[in-house]
Amino acid sequence: MKVIDRRHILAGAVASIGAVTLLPLRAIATPESMSAAMSNALGGVTPKPGRIKLDISPLAENGNSVPLTVTVESPMTAADHVKSIYLFSPENPLPDIARFHIGPRAGRAQVKTSIRLATSQRVHAVAMMSDGSAWADSAEVIVTLSACIDAG
Amino acid sequence: MRTARIVMPKTAKKGEIIEIKTLVTHPMETGYRRDDMGKAIPRDIITLLTVQYAGEEVFRMDMFPGVAANPFAAFTTIATETGELVFTWTDEKGDAHVEKAMLTVT
Repeated sequence: MKVIDRRHILAGAVASIGAVTLLPLRAIATPESMSAAMSNALGGVTPKPGRIKLDISPLAENGNSVPLTVTVESPMTAADHVKSIYLFSPENPLPDIARFHIGPRAGRAQVKTSIRLATSQRVHAVAMMSDGSAWADSAEVIVTLSACIDAG
Repeated sequence: MRTARIVMPKTAKKGEIIEIKTLVTHPMETGYRRDDMGKAIPRDIITLLTVQYAGEEVFRMDMFPGVAANPFAAFTTIATETGELVFTWTDEKGDAHVEKAMLTVT
């Protein structure tokens, strides 16, 4: 007959807590997939800080829809303009969120959208310029209600 | 059936920068959720929004599951000529929803 003592119960409890907390991690992008997504999108160019501003609320009550604005300093002329703006989320299942493709006809380099955040994380925005340079900004967002990965 | 909303001025002065806001109804199902029976809900997202102004593309957006349901996008364009703006949202199956708006440039 198998004796179940306090220690066994405790061990079992710890194991199940571990399983529960570890489970969502499988659906989260790893740092490797994040940098892979970035270099894939940017063609290997390493972005420098500056020229781009990511406006997003530092506290999001609902991770299902978090509004943001990206503004890039650029004259937006035929010779010197923003070609693309990329958004990345390191802690979402997929690091890619969206890619915007604009050009001199935009007049101003500013785009807006609403994104999902699976958990609190640092959101990254990268601008790709017509001269081949890339500029990045990021912002920490605390999410109180995560975007649902499970039913609900 | 999708419905789309476009918010933009009807008229603009030549050379003026106008902002255009777009929204389309779509669940943007991520493919990571499960239903009450534990069955995976298949991914169903819009992957592309393109905007043509008088026949020329002025804005394109690639979307991934990280874009919120009922995708919202806003951008700017220079009012160059009187013409039609054509907004096309395409989902993963290749189904497209098209919305048109007229801009009169004075």
